[in-house]
Amino acid sequence: MWNDLLMGSPVYLSAALAIIIILVDAFSGKNKSLTFYFALISLIAVGILSAYTMNMHGQPVPEGGFSNGMIAYGGISAVFDILFVIAGILTLFASQSYMRAQNVERKEFYSLILFAVCGMSTIAHANNMLILFVGIEIMSITFYIMAGFFRERFTSVEAALKYFLLGAFATGFLIYGMALIYGATGGLLDFEAIGAKMLTGNVDFLYLRIGFALLIVGLSFKVAAFPFHQWAPDVYQGAPTMATGFMSTAGKAAALAALILVTKAMLPSNFDPALISDKIIEMTDFTTDAKWLIAIISALTMLVGNISAVVQKNVKRMLAYSSVAHAGYLLMGIVSNSINGWSGIVFYSMAYMFMQIGAFVVVGIIEKNDGRMDLKDYTGLSKTNPMLAAIMGIFMFSLAGIPPFGGFPGKYMLFIAAIESGFTWLTIVAVISTIISIYFYIGLIVYMYFKDSETPMTEKFGFSKATLTLVISTIFVILLGIFPTYLIDLVKGLF
Amino acid sequence: MLVDYLPVFIMIALGAIVGVAFLFGSEYLGARRSTKVKQSTYESGMIPRGTARNRFTIKFYMVAVSFLIFDIEVVFMYPWAVQLREIGFTAFWAMLVFIVILFVGYFYELKKGGFEWD
Amino acid sequence: MQELIKFLPLFPLIGFVLIGIFGKKIKNEKLIGGFASLMVGIPFILSIMLFYHLLSTGSQTPEIVHVFTWIATGSLDISVSYQLDQLSVTFALIITGIGFLIHIYSIGYMHGDRSFYRFFSYLNLFIFMMLNLVLASNYLLTFLGWEGVGLASYLLIGFWYDKKFEGVRITWNGDAGMKAFVVNRIGDFGFLIAMFLIFVTFNSLDYVSVSETAAANYDFYMNSAIVTIITLMLFLGCTGKSAQLPLSVWLPDAMAGPTPVSALIHAATMVTAGIFLVARNSVLFSLSESTMMVVAVVGAITALTAASIGLVQNDIKKVLAYSTVSQLGFMFVALGVGAFYIGIFHVMTHAFFKGLLFLAAGSVIHGMHHEQNIKVMGGLKKYMPITSKTFFIGTLAIAGIPFFSGFMSKDEILWYAWSSHLGGWGLWVVLAIAALFTAFYMFRLYYLTFTGNERFDHKHVHPHESPKTMTFALIVLAILSAFGGFLNLPPALVPWSHADPLLKSWLKPIFADANMIMGHQAHGIEPMMYVLMVIATSIGLFMWYVARKWYSDPQWSAPRSIAASMKGLHKVLFDKYKLDEFYYATIIDPIYSMSKSFLWRFTDIKIIDGLINGSAKFVEQFGERIRLVQSGIAQNYAILMMVGIISIISWLMFN
Repeated sequence: MWNDLLMGSPVYLSAALAIIIILVDAFSGKNKSLTFYFALISLIAVGILSAYTMNMHGQPVPEGGFSNGMIAYGGISAVFDILFVIAGILTLFASQSYMRAQNVERKEFYSLILFAVCGMSTIAHANNMLILFVGIEIMSITFYIMAGFFRERFTSVEAALKYFLLGAFATGFLIYGMALIYGATGGLLDFEAIGAKMLTGNVDFLYLRIGFALLIVGLSFKVAAFPFHQWAPDVYQGAPTMATGFMSTAGKAAALAALILVTKAMLPSNFDPALISDKIIEMTDFTTDAKWLIAIISALTMLVGNISAVVQKNVKRMLAYSSVAHAGYLLMGIVSNSINGWSGIVFYSMAYMFMQIGAFVVVGIIEKNDGRMDLKDYTGLSKTNPMLAAIMGIFMFSLAGIPPFGGFPGKYMLFIAAIESGFTWLTIVAVISTIISIYFYIGLIVYMYFKDSETPMTEKFGFSKATLTLVISTIFVILLGIFPTYLIDLVKGLF
Repeated sequence: MLVDYLPVFIMIALGAIVGVAFLFGSEYLGARRSTKVKQSTYESGMIPRGTARNRFTIKFYMVAVSFLIFDIEVVFMYPWAVQLREIGFTAFWAMLVFIVILFVGYFYELKKGGFEWD
Repeated sequence: MQELIKFLPLFPLIGFVLIGIFGKKIKNEKLIGGFASLMVGIPFILSIMLFYHLLSTGSQTPEIVHVFTWIATGSLDISVSYQLDQLSVTFALIITGIGFLIHIYSIGYMHGDRSFYRFFSYLNLFIFMMLNLVLASNYLLTFLGWEGVGLASYLLIGFWYDKKFEGVRITWNGDAGMKAFVVNRIGDFGFLIAMFLIFVTFNSLDYVSVSETAAANYDFYMNSAIVTIITLMLFLGCTGKSAQLPLSVWLPDAMAGPTPVSALIHAATMVTAGIFLVARNSVLFSLSESTMMVVAVVGAITALTAASIGLVQNDIKKVLAYSTVSQLGFMFVALGVGAFYIGIFHVMTHAFFKGLLFLAAGSVIHGMHHEQNIKVMGGLKKYMPITSKTFFIGTLAIAGIPFFSGFMSKDEILWYAWSSHLGGWGLWVVLAIAALFTAFYMFRLYYLTFTGNERFDHKHVHPHESPKTMTFALIVLAILSAFGGFLNLPPALVPWSHADPLLKSWLKPIFADANMIMGHQAHGIEPMMYVLMVIATSIGLFMWYVARKWYSDPQWSAPRSIAASMKGLHKVLFDKYKLDEFYYATIIDPIYSMSKSFLWRFTDIKIIDGLINGSAKFVEQFGERIRLVQSGIAQNYAILMMVGIISIISWLMFN
């Protein structure tokens, strides 16, 4: 029982602390830093526990006990936990100075981060469709609130409402898909049990296919994949910048963790040869179709994301579309359906988290409270704020996948994984869309360094907590680019 | 297996075709003269006036939140109470946790001034 | 113990980053300079420890120390790993040792410069990259260092980017840096091609496995076309970095940089990277006799032409620059005739005496308020006693006066050029003439600068000895220049000993395979050795006498009359054979005009821009189309979602 409790502790602790922080918030009155530091310490505690449980993944999930076998332990879920926690901490630091610059510091934002981390780690630890669903809902509802956090601003409220409406729409399909799979497998919700059942081929394929399709629909919405991506640019642009950074990185990683869980269970590759042959044929047909489906979604997502980003004049919106495109790259790992692909997803999510949050922090700093977010607002940044421009340049290079920054090894791994699994055409599409993406990433650098305008950036920006986020992100983007093998080997060993 | 559903699909297809055909047919064939009255929003014969973005008083939301806290509590507690003897102490602790969480929400509302009505 | 090699490049990297980021805030020059020197001094101590480690274990095979893998897929394993063997340690000792001295020297030389910190940051970057170059265990890491030293060299040549510089179509110091960079690109291209070919041929980029494969199948690879092409391409890289013909033009202009830079990068270390590369690939080079011949011939011609240009130059640094090009030529001849270890020996002695000469020249320039023309110097001996004495020792060494370091290495090169089966008497004659020129222009430089009339303007110029930080480096290097040659006593001087010279036996494991392939060259003591040695020595001594006699005459009547009688030749030499102008006329200008008229106006604007802008426009228009779908209305989004859902379900249901 206690071992069970310890092994699942990141989830339990984050949930408990999320509830406690409500009380902290309620009783701390006007004191905003108390909530801030409580959230910070909570996140660090969750992170430490995740790191501590990371190597426990070899142990079987105990039946009964505290979680009744519904929570998976350690291993890759712990890595995801750490990712969420880091994203949370980075956002926490950045959001404080961001909200102060916007003159709307509300301490609820800090508790929301904790809630979101709780939901996301529930997703990563899910061993059961219901837990997965609960996690997705905790995360999504938190995100709806975060998107509408600036409640006096129309853009923010509009973003929240749009996100909520479409999100609820997508959630319906998600739960419907789960129900159909439950039926198709003869009453199973457990991922391991579903996986075992799939290997026997003893399932109802019509319902399974529809159910899987609906699951993919629901999760594609969460990762913002084509054609369920349209909310993303609007919401990401309207939401507070730090919330956008958080949603588009940690949220995406959580949805990908869910996709890994689902596809790992439902698209097995090692069939038992002793089975009746027509079941195997039907089974392989299903897995091939499913992979092709995800591959097509992935290809269209990156093309649409990158092509749309080319014409954007607003940096935040451009980054939002680039986030859509990145969902496409990350789906390549799902398509490859192998350990290489999955570890590529984990690695790239990690690198992407640092560069995307970092880029949004820069956007947030420059935005201040008069909403300067257009490309032309970045002209002359290299002269007035050389460090800021250089850091933004690093993030842009990394997002474009140029070595020696973190984006390169991530993309490389995903591309190789796709080729290994026979989807060479997908890699070609990915390379083409990467080339398209260089156009707008480098475009921003051109604006920062080589363009003149009548209203150049004149302000100098000083030190704040957001600088801490920037420094950490920059260091990790570079470290992940130069020493990628450490993380890759760690992750590969945990699957 | 899917062949069994063929009549249904034919039915759906026919329905869709007829529906779309009428839609476009009226668009194509019908005469259109737009007047000011026709363009205006239909409000059951009333003349539309003011903005639709009316703000409601915060009290409505407060009532809704309090209702959620107490109502959901009750909805879960009835079946729990009926079955308590059979499901034993696990359920007791589970319900306790649930009530504590709701209680946290109640306290939050209280401290944030949710019950101060004036 | 061998793990220490990991930390060698680490310290200068730390120095580069810290000084680069925080240097601007720190106003204390001593702190910055001291820290930067320490970041090179520690690796020097580590290299000495590694040296003793190798000496005590007597290891015959290289030890590979893996630092980290960058990316590994299939047979391509891109990793940072260092190779600990006699060759890499020898180079590491030279780089960190000389580098340390020059760092200390620079504290005095750069005193008061407004970008003091930037200079030391770049110097540390250079040391970091150079260590990567020589310690690497694979071609890629060497290439990284290769490009990195190019970058550092570019930054340092143009360090005073706002100062004018006189050169062929060069007006600013920054342009000289650019020239060095661009010329080196041609060589880098060769290196890249060679690397690709090596990977295709040997399926690996590790030095050890490539050499082993090649050595094990030497019958197969001997004089094969692929190995010849690989080595020629590698050698093209070397001609760029080591300033050999036809890519030698950048080095004289590189003298635009501060003098410590010229000493460290453009005399002692970076330019020897080409020698290092050939030595590292001795197995491949020895497999292709034609490449070896090309190496020797190019080296000899470079040695002669550069030395002849040096005869008539008046800029103290230019003379030394051409002398460097010429001495590098000597080294390549040594490599080309198969005497690899002699090449390395000359790298070492050259690093001592050329580093010394440059630093002493820097001391003169420093004392003369940035005057570089030797025609307006003279009589500096009494103002700068230490500088003049050390400079004289350097001159004796480079001129090949017996028992100084230069004598030992140069004499060996001459002997192997004569006796090796890859060499011949012709090679010897060319080198002997180059050595004759060398002795003359060096003594000319010395006598014009330090003796004779004081031709400078006493009102404005007050020559003075340099500070202790600078003279310290001079004295250490002078001692090394004088006695460094004893590390490898030529057998002819110790006929009673049958043991190999020290350096030869030290480097034996490195070149064992190459020597095996070329066939063992057993040379006893031959009478011819002494004949040639006497001839070469007497040439040097004679030139000493000539220069002294000519330039002690205040009117310089003898050299003047000779120059007047051979006006044409003098002009050709003074204009450096018009090589720069030749390149401009035959290559750069035609390319430039063709680029402008055809490539730019037509190919670039019409075709490439058309294609790129066309596709960009296509993408943009496509984006605009997609934008229309992005209406901002949630209902429309839901409709598209519904369409997507239906298509996804039907894909999975009916497929």
